[in-house]
Amino acid sequence: MMQLSKNINFSNYYKKMNFISVILICLSILVILIKGLNLGVDFKGGTLIEIRTENDKVSISEIRQSLLKMNLGDVTVKKFGKENDYLVKIEINNTEDPSFIESINKKLNNDLGSSVNFRRVENVGPKVSNELLRAGLIAISLSLAAMLIYIWIRFEWQFSLGAILALIHDVVITVGIFSFLSYEVNLSIVAAVLTIVGYSMNDTVVIFDRIRENLKKYSNISISDISNKSTNETLSRTLITSITTLLALFAIFIFGGAILKGFSFAMIVGVIIGTYSSIFVATPILKYTNVTQKTILKEEN
Amino acid sequence: MLYFSKIKILIIYLIIFFLTVCAVLNLVNNKENFFLSKKINLGLDLQGGSYLLLEVDSKPIINKNLQQKLIELRKQLKDNKIKYLKLTQSKESINLLLENSYIEKFKIFFVSDDNNINFYYNNYRSHEMEYSIQENNIIIKYSKFGLIETKNSALDQSLEIVRRRIDEVGTKEPTIIKRGSDRILIELPGLDDPNRIKKLLGKTANLAFRLVSEDEDAFGSEQLTFENSEEKLNVSKRIIVSGDNLVNAKPSIDNQTNRAIVSFTFDRVGAKKFGRATTDSVGKRLAIVLDNKIVSSPQIREPILGGNGQITGDFTFQSATDLALLLRSGALPAPLKIIEERTVGPDLGEDSIKAGAISLIIGFILVIIFMLYKYRLLGIIANLALITNLILLIGILTLLEATLTLPGIAGIILTVGMAVDANVLIFERIKEELKIEKSTIHAFDTGYKKAQSAVLDANITTLISAVILFFLGSGPVKGFAVTLGIGIVTTLFSAYFFARHLSSYYAMKNKDKRIIL
Repeated sequence: MMQLSKNINFSNYYKKMNFISVILICLSILVILIKGLNLGVDFKGGTLIEIRTENDKVSISEIRQSLLKMNLGDVTVKKFGKENDYLVKIEINNTEDPSFIESINKKLNNDLGSSVNFRRVENVGPKVSNELLRAGLIAISLSLAAMLIYIWIRFEWQFSLGAILALIHDVVITVGIFSFLSYEVNLSIVAAVLTIVGYSMNDTVVIFDRIRENLKKYSNISISDISNKSTNETLSRTLITSITTLLALFAIFIFGGAILKGFSFAMIVGVIIGTYSSIFVATPILKYTNVTQKTILKEEN
Repeated sequence: MLYFSKIKILIIYLIIFFLTVCAVLNLVNNKENFFLSKKINLGLDLQGGSYLLLEVDSKPIINKNLQQKLIELRKQLKDNKIKYLKLTQSKESINLLLENSYIEKFKIFFVSDDNNINFYYNNYRSHEMEYSIQENNIIIKYSKFGLIETKNSALDQSLEIVRRRIDEVGTKEPTIIKRGSDRILIELPGLDDPNRIKKLLGKTANLAFRLVSEDEDAFGSEQLTFENSEEKLNVSKRIIVSGDNLVNAKPSIDNQTNRAIVSFTFDRVGAKKFGRATTDSVGKRLAIVLDNKIVSSPQIREPILGGNGQITGDFTFQSATDLALLLRSGALPAPLKIIEERTVGPDLGEDSIKAGAISLIIGFILVIIFMLYKYRLLGIIANLALITNLILLIGILTLLEATLTLPGIAGIILTVGMAVDANVLIFERIKEELKIEKSTIHAFDTGYKKAQSAVLDANITTLISAVILFFLGSGPVKGFAVTLGIGIVTTLFSAYFFARHLSSYYAMKNKDKRIIL
């Protein structure tokens, strides 16, 4: 299964892959700018209600009609998980009126002719959602900065540059995919993005570690060949770890329930892109910045 | 790398044994013993319950305080013979128009110790109030520290009242804590309908007994509406007695009308005031006002001297109970706004636990099968390390009495997937070494040695993410950061101590054979 040839000439594909990456990043930014992100109540404010109806003859449009009559602004209703489970997202939030949620419940109970159980309610005011959004953006920027500094301390600036470009590549494309698919971005997606940053970094560092080792060992081999050799040597580890991580993630994605779907999807996408970017984004940067044995030995002195 | 001293082996296995015991504690039902009672707490998203974030609106308090200060200032300026031309109050400041010749005198008066308008905080080395002068107009405002202190005291008072109200409702183990300078965080585990508590917290519960004024009176009057209807009454601004003077309030049923009422008792001061007022006003109508809405307006038939009374109104027994509860626990110093609410029903929590457990088991089995397939015998070592890792992780979570959330479970599953990485790095390295080296032991030894820096680097990067997430995340996401972060620590331990010890044992046994991985 994983008896891959140990002599893949990765550096031959650098240009082609970089071209694809640049296009993907541009497309992602374009999609994000044009289409925007489907921000959840965590970041936009509003009310989210997960409901379960007793009667299975209730339709989505009935629920929507009932809610629209209450003048709640934009209302979206969709199926969520099992039969009879729906997720209702209401644009306005009314945290100040303590009977707001109760009144919605009563209205639905009356209109649908079925007992409606509110399984989950999230009601986030505009002040809190702004704070959460800011905290999320700070967290992501901070983790990128922390990685940059960590690699800088452990390696040389060329490595740091490669690693950080790979991370930005991963984050932008993952967010772009979420924008393209209109998947909801909420707090757990920020957690996923941060974990992706950690994972992708992890992958990159293992290859970098080997490159540094090989650079020390061989003085007369070009950086392209060193990169190829190192990537090949660590390839089976890269693949095995990606596979076990993906196995765990698919278990969450399929069996973990509807709430963890978005999170595990983001992680799956991120792990795949992160693995790719270690080989085809981070490593090529070393070639472009002309890393040689001298770069490493300078650090040692 | 393969040599372990006896004492080291002992310590490794003692740690594993101790944390295994900790993990088992989750199954022990003991509430008294400090150690035996340790358990992983379930987050609100797993056990069901409500999370509420409240904000204290301090503007009304500042306004009210300035009103009092204005009255006091007026008196003291007179006492100190400082003539003013105009003294007015806006929402955030007091404006004082002085004759030029008095400005210097005012400056001295304002910071002197014996005026009780402007308190001096020793700890901040700052006064409560500060002023700015534009020509002869003086604007008096709260200083930075004055504002902090005012907000703090409002928050402390609110917290106390909130705690009393929630305790009266009697939910199990509520968490009520301060958040920042003006917020209160409430967690109510196991509560599936927070509506009642939300309503109770949404009321300031300022109760006042006032008179309905048919004609203009000296104190001024205002139009107030009834709580349950559009009807309006002209009510005097004079407060006869307020809710502060209540010592008890309870719901009961009126024998004659068979309707729910709230009966109450005044303290001595309240009883006296109420007695005097009702004596003077027989025949007039009383207005019982709660948060600027009229609850009821009974006619005073005779003086009420005993200090007992009752509020009749359009009550159900439930609403009478709630009003009595509010009156007993006292009025909030300022209105509270709910700015965030998250509620999970208990059945969803159960579903989440099930889904989390199933995906953990499946993820675990998939990874174990894959590792066995990939590494055969060494796969067993990796898998033993993985199982140990999981037990250690649960053990530490128990020891810390950490809160497990749904994302936290995802973090554990992710740890299962990523934890094998450390061993994979090492095994791959050993594999390479076996190709060059003749001796098995030497290959294992070098493998561990050379893989070390990559293993450390790789795990530290994930740890950085987890730490940032822990400090900036909230609620359930924090739970994820906790399991992910602890998972990395246990991963390093199980790979570099436990699995390495097993590997060294394996290498010694097979030192003469040629091992092919």
